[in-house]
Amino acid sequence: MVRLEKRPQPSKKWIYLTPIVAVVATMIAGGIMFAILGKDPFEAIRTIFWDPLFNEQFAAYSRPQLLVKAAPLILIAIGLSLGFRAGIWNIGAEGQYIMGAIFGAAVGLAFYPTESWIIFPLMVIAGAIGGLLWAMIPGVLRVYFRTNEILVSLLLVYVAEFILASMSLGLLRNPEGAGFPGSRNFKSYASAHNAELIAGTGMHWGVVAAFIAVIFAYVLLAKHMLGFQIRLTGEAPRAARFGGVNPARLILFCLGTSGALAGLAGLFEVSGPSGQISIDFNVGYGFTAIIVAFLGRLHPVGILLAGLLMALTYIGGELASLMLGIPAAAIQAFQGMLLFFLLAVDVLTNYRVSFGKAEVA
Amino acid sequence: MDLSAISPTLLIASLMVAATPILLAAIGELVVEKAGVLNLGVEGMMITGAICGFAIAVETGSPVLGFICAAIGAAILSMIFGVLTQFFLSNQVATGLALTLFGLGLSSLLGQSYVGIKPPSTEKIDFPLLSDIPYLGPIVFNHDLMVYLTLALVAAVWATLKYTRAGLILRAVGENHDAAHALGYKVIRVRLMAIAFGGACAGLGGAYLSLIRVPQWTEGMTAGAGWIALAIVVFASWRPLRVLLGAYLFGGVTVLQLNLQAAGMAIPVEYLSMSPYLITILVLVIMSAPRKGGKARMSLAAPACLGRAFHASS
Amino acid sequence: MLRRTLIATAAAAMALTGTAFADGHAKTKVGFVYVGPVGDGGWTYEHDQGRLAVEEAFGDKVETIFQENVPEGADAERVITQMALSGANIIFTTSFGYMDPTNAVAGKFPDVKFEHATGYKREHPNVSTYSARFYEGRAVQGHIAGKMTKTNKIGYIASFPIPEVIRGINAAYIHAKKVNPDVEFNIVWAYTWFDPAKEADAATALIEQGADVILQHTDSTAPQAAAQKAGNVITFGQASDMGEYAPMPRVSSIIDNWAPYYIDRVKAVMDGTWESKDTWDGIAPGMVEIGEISDAVPADVKAEALALKASISDGSYHVFTGPLKKQDGSDWLADGETADDGTLAGMNFYVEGLTGDIPQ
Repeated sequence: MVRLEKRPQPSKKWIYLTPIVAVVATMIAGGIMFAILGKDPFEAIRTIFWDPLFNEQFAAYSRPQLLVKAAPLILIAIGLSLGFRAGIWNIGAEGQYIMGAIFGAAVGLAFYPTESWIIFPLMVIAGAIGGLLWAMIPGVLRVYFRTNEILVSLLLVYVAEFILASMSLGLLRNPEGAGFPGSRNFKSYASAHNAELIAGTGMHWGVVAAFIAVIFAYVLLAKHMLGFQIRLTGEAPRAARFGGVNPARLILFCLGTSGALAGLAGLFEVSGPSGQISIDFNVGYGFTAIIVAFLGRLHPVGILLAGLLMALTYIGGELASLMLGIPAAAIQAFQGMLLFFLLAVDVLTNYRVSFGKAEVA
Repeated sequence: MDLSAISPTLLIASLMVAATPILLAAIGELVVEKAGVLNLGVEGMMITGAICGFAIAVETGSPVLGFICAAIGAAILSMIFGVLTQFFLSNQVATGLALTLFGLGLSSLLGQSYVGIKPPSTEKIDFPLLSDIPYLGPIVFNHDLMVYLTLALVAAVWATLKYTRAGLILRAVGENHDAAHALGYKVIRVRLMAIAFGGACAGLGGAYLSLIRVPQWTEGMTAGAGWIALAIVVFASWRPLRVLLGAYLFGGVTVLQLNLQAAGMAIPVEYLSMSPYLITILVLVIMSAPRKGGKARMSLAAPACLGRAFHASS
Repeated sequence: MLRRTLIATAAAAMALTGTAFADGHAKTKVGFVYVGPVGDGGWTYEHDQGRLAVEEAFGDKVETIFQENVPEGADAERVITQMALSGANIIFTTSFGYMDPTNAVAGKFPDVKFEHATGYKREHPNVSTYSARFYEGRAVQGHIAGKMTKTNKIGYIASFPIPEVIRGINAAYIHAKKVNPDVEFNIVWAYTWFDPAKEADAATALIEQGADVILQHTDSTAPQAAAQKAGNVITFGQASDMGEYAPMPRVSSIIDNWAPYYIDRVKAVMDGTWESKDTWDGIAPGMVEIGEISDAVPADVKAEALALKASISDGSYHVFTGPLKKQDGSDWLADGETADDGTLAGMNFYVEGLTGDIPQ
């Protein structure tokens, strides 16, 4: 019989080895799937993992795009990871992302066409507030009415989507857009445009903010009292209560922070890569970020790497479907496989596999 | 505006149909969560069930066979989740989300040659005379078989959890897996069975969409119904009969808002469209708010081991 | 300013590699960007049929590539750029939300031709726009609907309150009213292009309130099935023929047929005669097709509908011909006057007689 034995502490070796094992396993399983679909498996795998980084034709463009795609994922996932560690389940980051974008964009559009350096910082603040307020709804309901935050945050995503549709058709609609939905494009409004800081690098303020968030979360969790309280609440809720942790404050802090970061991600996206508020502005970053947070083991550095990996599979997947005609559905299934393997091999970090007789539950 | 055009009888009858897919998926997920497992992959399992059921029904011409295969197909898919979370001890939240991603992709791959086909039709059950009873007839006696089966399933789950030994074991495993293990129950086996049941129910819900409700196959056709099912389980605070209430409330408000729109109600459409979500939240807030002098136990009603991995160390 | 030059240089370099690659092949490479899956059975499906028609028409001389499920916004810009980098000679972007990304990428790749569906911005000489006058088809539907309804209630499942949808409602209403002064429109805004369950609910709600004709501006066949279940209700196919529901409830349909346009434009690229233009075609050139009118429609009504179609097609009749008033009673078109394309493109008002407000 195969049996798992818990390691006294996580294996250092396997922490680094497991992702590689997972990626190799995915390549094999995915290769088989591509072969069944009648595509060259080697070419497909190369296109997904190699071409976005090193292909002569594309890499100069797609490498910076990795940052653009990863930034919102990382920014949101960092915020979520704080709550997840403390057992506070905000799964409505998508809604907070939308509200951040709406608030930020509204401020920017209110100033149009004035040009001033102050506009963009104001938008950033408004974006954070938008996300924060939206996350405070489940927070306050949880604290004062004991309403389950999973349900409230999730349902508020749908509400936010209707507000988004209403805004792009009504209040924020471009008055010069001939009646079509969608706001003005921030790319043609310099003071409000979140442009690339250095051309050709993909670096915009959202990427910078993502890196800052990673460092901030790292320091918070490693050094700060609040970080300790978060970890304690997640690992031993009773001990935390006796240890003087104020649960209400912690809930509001975790939901508020994740909401604000998701709102920031939305603002940076709407004012930069996306450019405008439109009916279909949100593309699921808020949900994907949950996966990123767990793939990164809720650790800031892990989240950074997981975000980049997810971005790679998105962009590589696009290239594969473009160059090799692989259906988007196969790419989606492939991503699912990668996640399965990454999650499965994690067991090796915390457990040792031993062979021998023993009863297994 | 012509509110008299809205017939309460027909409204209730159509909300029952509208709520059925969510109800099926939710009652399955409830069993899974009662066993202490949080499977966020409901959407992925639903859509896989939708295509499996559709494909089999089209190939064989039998909707019944379609439903059976939908349940089996989605249950097999759920076993990926089961194996990963139970044997590889992977994180349940992330694995469930990955399952949704995988299921959406897989279903589109499977369904490529089934776009634009009409499935064999499922007949309504004909209750002679009974369905002609005013008011009650259309509500109670004028549906397809699945609507009744679903209601029976909810009742069965309720009774099983409450009165049978199997239900007791399931709840024990969900409340305290270490104690259940110490008592000699096979925690992992119980959980795997619960996950498979949840998958099968979600698959039936999906097939109800693709075979009866819509009926056609299109990629992404569940359009978020699985997420609503998850929300309904939380809404119901893990009680089977409240799942019924939640699904009917949500389905009811959805149908009602469309009826109000059709009747030309002078409420802005955006607010009407949001109303199913807002009203669900509102009702939950009222239900879970602490009462005067008493403690509300709603938010504590979650199975104690929900989402935690089990590893028998002894 | 420095930043802008840098971008331009980088883009020029990219464009060079792109064209060099394309010139290496004798084939013309044609790219398509889709907003939905090719299996949606509606909007994207019909564009993909157009792509397949291009392949069939030119055989070895073309290579087509496509990308499905591309979200509007940042992802679209990246996908279009990558398509241009891969050496595409002409790229069709088939959703309104791709308007700004298409123009942004077009600026960087002056040698690649871009065709954007349903938009109005042509900021560069290598961008064209194209759209279909679906409202011409709506007029024919409205005529049949007005004749066929017995309850005088027509249900309309609308997606989002944008000019195209509003145009369709107005066109259908005007022509239903013309043949049946008592007709009444009940409009449900679904706030989605595609959600089969919701569309089914909307159709059911309308039918239960007495509508016996359902018009839809959403893409799934769910309303057809709901109508079939209800019995004597008629519907019209949307975007694709939905012929599997003929002869009842589906009595006719509007089909988007992009094939002739796509073949024409690809040919222009091959011949080097491509130039930027705005195309808004209707029934006449075949971009909008009326699906076969089934036998459920009485012969005389069918004949009238076909006559209406013919008069629109040969240009003798404009769907929006005065006298017409707006919903608030103000004058819009004088007797005999026809609407100009500018007003139609941005239409954001109901015509007189429709009830309810357009959501904002």
